[in-house]
Amino acid sequence: MMIKDTYPVAAGDMTVAGDVSARIKRQMKRLGIPSDIMRRVSVCTYEAEINLVIHSMGGEIEFEITAEDIIVRSRDVGPGIPDISKAMTEGWSTASNEVRNMGFGAGMGLPNMKRNADEFSIESTVGVGTNIVMTFHI
Amino acid sequence: MTLKKIAEILNAQWLCGQEDEDRETHSAFASDMMSDVLAFVKEDTLLLTGLVNGQSVRTCEMLDVPCVVFVRGKMPQPDVIDMAREIMLPAMVTPYSMFEVCGRLYEAGLPSVKLE
Repeated sequence: MMIKDTYPVAAGDMTVAGDVSARIKRQMKRLGIPSDIMRRVSVCTYEAEINLVIHSMGGEIEFEITAEDIIVRSRDVGPGIPDISKAMTEGWSTASNEVRNMGFGAGMGLPNMKRNADEFSIESTVGVGTNIVMTFHI
Repeated sequence: MTLKKIAEILNAQWLCGQEDEDRETHSAFASDMMSDVLAFVKEDTLLLTGLVNGQSVRTCEMLDVPCVVFVRGKMPQPDVIDMAREIMLPAMVTPYSMFEVCGRLYEAGLPSVKLE
């Protein structure tokens, strides 16, 4: 079972935020991925997708299944993160009040992703964008 | 605790999914912040929230939450209820405040989700 799909995520529209994650989750369900792994992958893709919508100028989420792993990659064009260690701190957020009113911006996104993935890496360049890779062992 | 009992305790109105009223839930989590929900909620955990937009339903879908209760009598828009129906998420609305909802369910024996 080898799958690799890429889904574009547009910036700014909270009303469709989560649609890509829902599609990925349904695909995992169809493939019979164990529920614990599916849940962790879903939390991470959803947090990544929300981040693309609220913080970036647009990006994409790539979903890959290999024989051993599920790999989720988030890539965006955007402002980047000047201080990654700060952004990895629970409760630290730069989200607007508008985003908070939509239920996000609690400063839990990146820490949530790190906690739920078996492997997590993030690279960011200010003024260019951010890349995140999350691996889950099947 | 069954969803049926929860609906009775909270004097709640079903929005969709009443056919699953015998489903059991073993803990609850209350928040309007979906990132907190994503951080702390386990399977079989009831979600109590005042957030009535589509993100509350999406969050439940990601976590396999068995039921969502909207508090303070806040009614979601029809498209949000349709979304819940589509993913077969039981949903109800209660007139009580978040504080009272938590108090009533806790008193009836429903514990909080365990925080890691």
